[in-house]
Amino acid sequence: MTEAEKVDNSRRHFLLVATTVTGIAGAAMTAVPFLASWKPSARAQALGAPVEVDISKIEPGAMIKVEWRGQAIFLVHRTPAMLATLATLNDRLRDPGSEQSEQPAYAKNETRAVNPEFLVAVGVCTHLGCAPMNRFAPKDPELGADWPGGFYCPCHGSKFDLAGRVFKDVPAPLNLRIPPYRFINDGRVLIGADTGAV
Amino acid sequence: MNPPPAAGTRTRWGALIDWIDARFPMTQFMKDHATEYYAPKNFNFWYYFGSLALFVLVIQIISGIFLTMNYKPSAQDAFASVEYIMRDVEWGWLIRYIHSTGASAFFIVVYLHMFRGLLYGSYKNPRELIWLFGMLIYLCLMAEAFFGYLLPWGNMSYWGAQVIVSLFGAIPYVGESLVEWIRGDYYISDITLNRFFALHVIALPLALVFLVIAHIFALHEVGSNNPDGVEIKKLKGSDGHPLDGIPFHPYYTVKDLVGVIIFLMVFCAVIFFSPEMGGYFLEHANFDPANPLQTPEHIAPVWYFTPFYAILRAVPNKLLGVSLMGLAVVSFFFLPWLDRAKVKSIRYRGWLYKAFLCSFAVSFVALGYLGLQPATPGYTNAARVFAIIYFMFFLLMPWYTRADRVSQVPERVTYHAH
Repeated sequence: MTEAEKVDNSRRHFLLVATTVTGIAGAAMTAVPFLASWKPSARAQALGAPVEVDISKIEPGAMIKVEWRGQAIFLVHRTPAMLATLATLNDRLRDPGSEQSEQPAYAKNETRAVNPEFLVAVGVCTHLGCAPMNRFAPKDPELGADWPGGFYCPCHGSKFDLAGRVFKDVPAPLNLRIPPYRFINDGRVLIGADTGAV
Repeated sequence: MNPPPAAGTRTRWGALIDWIDARFPMTQFMKDHATEYYAPKNFNFWYYFGSLALFVLVIQIISGIFLTMNYKPSAQDAFASVEYIMRDVEWGWLIRYIHSTGASAFFIVVYLHMFRGLLYGSYKNPRELIWLFGMLIYLCLMAEAFFGYLLPWGNMSYWGAQVIVSLFGAIPYVGESLVEWIRGDYYISDITLNRFFALHVIALPLALVFLVIAHIFALHEVGSNNPDGVEIKKLKGSDGHPLDGIPFHPYYTVKDLVGVIIFLMVFCAVIFFSPEMGGYFLEHANFDPANPLQTPEHIAPVWYFTPFYAILRAVPNKLLGVSLMGLAVVSFFFLPWLDRAKVKSIRYRGWLYKAFLCSFAVSFVALGYLGLQPATPGYTNAARVFAIIYFMFFLLMPWYTRADRVSQVPERVTYHAH
């Protein structure tokens, strides 16, 4: 090689590294909009906004269902009798203290609720996702003499008590999930948000 | 295949390469098409546009895939789904602008790429098949753009489709049935939209990809032409490589990377600052939903079709107009056989070819401009003049390319080290 043709290897190496690093940075920045476009769109977020529910008309012992983010939400107006059974069930339950189950901090208590009078729970069985049915009457003929009242999932027979806590010896592993929610006032609940504007 | 290495000298990475090569011609492919594919060393500015065209194809496919994730191909929902993408999908506006700008960029790049062929005789023997594949790519690209343009279901989309599909009605005997068959309905409807969606999203992209592969394979079989029109394979060194050739990788991979970067600078300037380009890339009329009862005041195809549209409008007879418009595109296919010159490159041709090529280029641009204007008598007459010049380029070519004075083509390419 002549003097003019000698390769400056260190300069070549520097240029290669600098170009490659810049190229990778450019590729990463270009990927961001495409990957981000998979996040829920503004329309999805609007449709998934918190839902206001009027609970003042629910009879004691009755339940209503509303939809939030495509899921059924159970709202149960519990009677004192229903609440009294909850403390007696601990050794029949898989997760009586809700240690493994999913709920906001304010629902990690025996009644799994902000206000014990109302249960707000996601109506999706924690086994494989079916919608449990309400079997609030105690001593139900199908479910046995010691049935205290609660929810029964028809798909694979999972059972939950009146605080949505799962019984032992059923396929479901966890208590029913509690969504974020708060009381706007005594008669209205906002499901899907626990702070922030109505 | 490489001989097996001495025992104990192969790295783990090398062993992996060997494993693959025993089952798939990976290293051989890299040699044949990149590291030991010799291209002329005198490529200039005009040689960027092939790799840029491939790059834009990739951009269109990726942005198109992401648009398809949110677009709804029904007459009911299409327009609203585009607005949803623009307003509600995160970064949807950017993905849409990339795709709409990319469509125009594709045609700019492809027209310049084709013009290079005219400058340097890249279509001449033995490269006729490369040129034919390229022309098929151009036809597919026009169809792809046309089908894609209906998808937003704007008013220009609707009426553009209406006009172009009804052109086929000019064909004698079968015309009307053909038009109904293309539409799938008695008018441009939801049925038409859905089938154009299928053609645009998968049928034509597949065809394009296969044609591009064939185009590049045909090129690599013969080797690239160059601005001097010298066949570099005629003079080889003792190593068996053309004296005037350099391996495509790393020389042209690096050079094309520079081209890509500059292209991206311009491309990004457009998508971020002027994606509508004054109504040339995104037409104003298309911001209104399709209305079968109201044609836009000023109907014109997108800019890249306007040269041919001007020719169509210049002819006062419907069938003849359609035929001449078709001939304007099809004429390119015959170039390898119309051109009787003994030299390839414009650098060694006489003034006749230069004059005709120059007038052709001017006519193409002028027709493009005229196609965008309303069809006033003045503009129509001008379009007739330029259409005649356009066709003379092809019709008279067998004569002027033979009569032209040519100069001596050098043995070696003209190249100055820098």
